[in-house]
Amino acid sequence: MTARAFLLNIGSIVVLLLFLALWQFASVSDLVSRVFLPPVTDAFDALWRQVEDGSLLQAILGTTGRMLVGFAFAVVVGCGFGLLIGLSPTVRAYIEPSLEFLRPLPASAIIPVAILMLGLTKTMIIFVIAFGSLWPILLATIQGVKSVEPRLFEMARTMELSSREVITSIVLPSAVPDIFAGVRLGLTVSLILAVITEMMSAEVGLGANILHAARSFNSPDLFAGVITLGLLGLVINAIMETAQRHLTRWQQDY
Amino acid sequence: MLRALVLPVSLLLLWEFVGQSGLIQSDMMSYPSAVAAAGAGALLDGSMLKATQQTIVSALIGLLIGGGIGIALGAWFGMSDAANRLGRVSVEAVRPIPSVALIPLAMLVFGFGYGMTIAVVAFACIWPALIITQTAVKQVPRELLEVARGLELGWVRKLFTIVLPDVVPNLFTALRLAAGVALIVAVTVEITANPQGLGYALIVAQETLHPDRMFAYLIWVGLIGWLLNFGLLQAQRRLFTRWDIA
Repeated sequence: MTARAFLLNIGSIVVLLLFLALWQFASVSDLVSRVFLPPVTDAFDALWRQVEDGSLLQAILGTTGRMLVGFAFAVVVGCGFGLLIGLSPTVRAYIEPSLEFLRPLPASAIIPVAILMLGLTKTMIIFVIAFGSLWPILLATIQGVKSVEPRLFEMARTMELSSREVITSIVLPSAVPDIFAGVRLGLTVSLILAVITEMMSAEVGLGANILHAARSFNSPDLFAGVITLGLLGLVINAIMETAQRHLTRWQQDY
Repeated sequence: MLRALVLPVSLLLLWEFVGQSGLIQSDMMSYPSAVAAAGAGALLDGSMLKATQQTIVSALIGLLIGGGIGIALGAWFGMSDAANRLGRVSVEAVRPIPSVALIPLAMLVFGFGYGMTIAVVAFACIWPALIITQTAVKQVPRELLEVARGLELGWVRKLFTIVLPDVVPNLFTALRLAAGVALIVAVTVEITANPQGLGYALIVAQETLHPDRMFAYLIWVGLIGWLLNFGLLQAQRRLFTRWDIA
């Protein structure tokens, strides 16, 4: 690292601290009403209180638990059907146009449908998360499988590979970058859906916490919740980036 | 083309048949002809258009604010390496916050109404605009930047005469992607908390047990999203045929 880069990195942290100082000043001096913007220190105090009494952990576990269950369904179904649809040009001709039409539909728009059918239940939440995060994964898997180099299939035929071998040694490796991009997007969607579904139902979680805090004009708790969700997003991103690098490592050799 | 229609048409027919036959007796059951009638009704009495207008206006203003901030920051970070590095930690601290996490905050600050949706939409639109603009500005050919240096242009003129004209197609891509995000987020805010627009109409139809109207709104939302995407793609092809579109 050059001296300049080092200084800029330090400077970058200083800039963030300056923003936090500005926030603190704006709030303490009542430049912005404390009802909307609590002092930074109050927000972190609230966060710490939630850590100590265990309510934060409970909320995180509730939100991420539902998120991961729904997401797992989406990965299995999305990758499975994506493979089936992507491998067959005939099936694709029948299904793909309908899927393209559904693509821009907001995932949250199915929440009313799900509530009508399943009520305000945990099943509804899991269904919404699974259904919503399914689309990016499914479409990306189809895309990835579709764009496998055709000559690789010809080669597989001459080598008389079984269809299982074709999938594991040809299709999957070459489709992994696409599939992973979809899975990553799906995970983002599942976090969003987990947060809003619990705002609408009574489940314990981060989304329900911040909505409750806003309704009772408790801005320190509200900001503590937003900070937690930001950190959660950060952790998820970091995990996915590491996994992505790991899974596509072989490509970087070319 | 014909094969594309087989699946949706047969699903619709099956749905119509099951619904009409009364095989499933339920408050949530509806069928396509009832949905079409409910949709036509909502369209004619003006309620659907009013809700559409509320959603589109929120999404559009949020897009302009958020997209504007994103493009400005992206251009700045793309042109100045120092600014990019200095801002990095702050941007990375805010960016991972899911936009929906700001719904309660926006509700607290703005109350119900346009402001609340606009604020959340704007936040969500910043990031795609920022990233695409920054990447595009960084890829402006070095020769052009050297011309700017040779002519001793100030940064304002460099931005408007050299950098922006080169990245116009990318800015359009940024706006197109952000527009998709804007519509999705606007509907989501309305479904979750804000009593106006298409999202709220969906929730009201569900709560009052009007599945036909609910499905009509659902299809309408899908149609608007699809038209938006399709229209902007076509516009991009028309406008920028001379540029290479990545």
